[in-house]
Amino acid sequence: MAATCVEFATGGFSFENCRRNAILEEKGLKPPKVYKTGTTIVGIVFSDGIILGADTRATEDTIVADKNCSKIHYLAPNIYCCGAGTAADTEKTTQIISSQLELHRLNTDRTVRVCTANRLLKQMLFRYQGHIGAALVLGGVDSTGPHLYSIWPHGSTDVLPYVTMGSGSLAAMSVFESRYTPGISREDGMKLVRDAIAAGIFNDLGSGSNIDLCVITKDKVDYLRPYDEANKKGVRQGKYAYKKGTSCVLTETVRKVEFVVESTQVKVEAMDTV
Amino acid sequence: MAVEFDGGVVIAADSRTSAGTYIPNRVTDKLTKVTDNIYCCRSGSSADTQAIADIVNYHINFHRMEMGEDPLVKTAAKVFQDLCYNYRDSLSAGIICAGWDRKLGGQVYSIPLGGMCIRQPVTIGGSGSTYLYGHVDATFKENMTKEECLKFCKDAVSLAIMRDGSSGGVIRMAAISEDGVEKHLILHEDITKFYRE
Repeated sequence: MAATCVEFATGGFSFENCRRNAILEEKGLKPPKVYKTGTTIVGIVFSDGIILGADTRATEDTIVADKNCSKIHYLAPNIYCCGAGTAADTEKTTQIISSQLELHRLNTDRTVRVCTANRLLKQMLFRYQGHIGAALVLGGVDSTGPHLYSIWPHGSTDVLPYVTMGSGSLAAMSVFESRYTPGISREDGMKLVRDAIAAGIFNDLGSGSNIDLCVITKDKVDYLRPYDEANKKGVRQGKYAYKKGTSCVLTETVRKVEFVVESTQVKVEAMDTV
Repeated sequence: MAVEFDGGVVIAADSRTSAGTYIPNRVTDKLTKVTDNIYCCRSGSSADTQAIADIVNYHINFHRMEMGEDPLVKTAAKVFQDLCYNYRDSLSAGIICAGWDRKLGGQVYSIPLGGMCIRQPVTIGGSGSTYLYGHVDATFKENMTKEECLKFCKDAVSLAIMRDGSSGGVIRMAAISEDGVEKHLILHEDITKFYRE
């Protein structure tokens, strides 16, 4: 008996071409490059909430693919998440988890907690064994207070008062290690996060352009995009074009060239390729 | 590492997490809770051991609710072993499961890389443990008191921190007994020094 097996599109990631691609690569095919956001993303806990920060450069090898991309993703009204690594993966992963969190909120009729978002993200990334190249900084405020997590592509997580991720994480961490204090104020915290991202922008080639900030408190979220342009393009000080008459004209003659018009039609001819 | 004493166990670990040459977390808590009186010490891949600990935590707490009493340490160790053995090809996790229960008192179970499970009076694990075998064999005595065990663990982890590049930070210790968990934190400036400055 003939039967039709209908496959429903389930959404999410598909890895059906992995084996084929591995074989093709073995035979010498160069795989296409993916957008890797050489990135600086950071987060801190301050006196009454969380501050997340990110640069806005997206790179494709040595080319800047996007000069003002958004790396602070929405997860829930009280939870945001910075993404570093493969741009497509961070975008899709945060969208999938955001959707699950919204359904969880509707099911439970409560504000979702940050530890829930953390658990969903780490279990998803662990399931894909690091093939989803998403390195995340997760922050939010819930009924139990402010929470900050860093999540690695293989699915391990850390809880810390200040975290950095991406290629500029070392530069940014050096700023935090020297200036972070527990219970830092909102103003000082925003300045510190700005400076940490600026350190990434100036000292890491993979990071650049603007600084985005997201300040999450108990009952308000301030998404500041852009918060600051760290390295504004300077204005040229003087004009360098030579003024008219800089080189003097010694002689000048005007001659009329005689010609006969044979045709005004342009003929299309095949290119001589032999 | 973990040591049994009469009436409980002492567990201890350093606090370093490394990714290549970078330390993403210098104050990690590798002593992870399974139940109120069962803990595990994690070593190997951070992602793998966190995932295993979360799954064991789920199974053991489900078991506790079904049985209506606190689970045994050997039950938790067996769940750890099942996961570590069945997925031994894709996991890199060395776990020490330790705690106290009403049946056998303080117990230490070692679950190394291949997924074996063995009870020992004292056990060490992780990258820094290679530096410690001689010291532990020479210094360990049966029937130590809780205080002697804490000193023994502090000295051993201190030695590992001084010699192993992948270990460092602070020392976290915990004494688990019938009365619950007593946590200790030894800052880096207070670790035992075995040399003259």
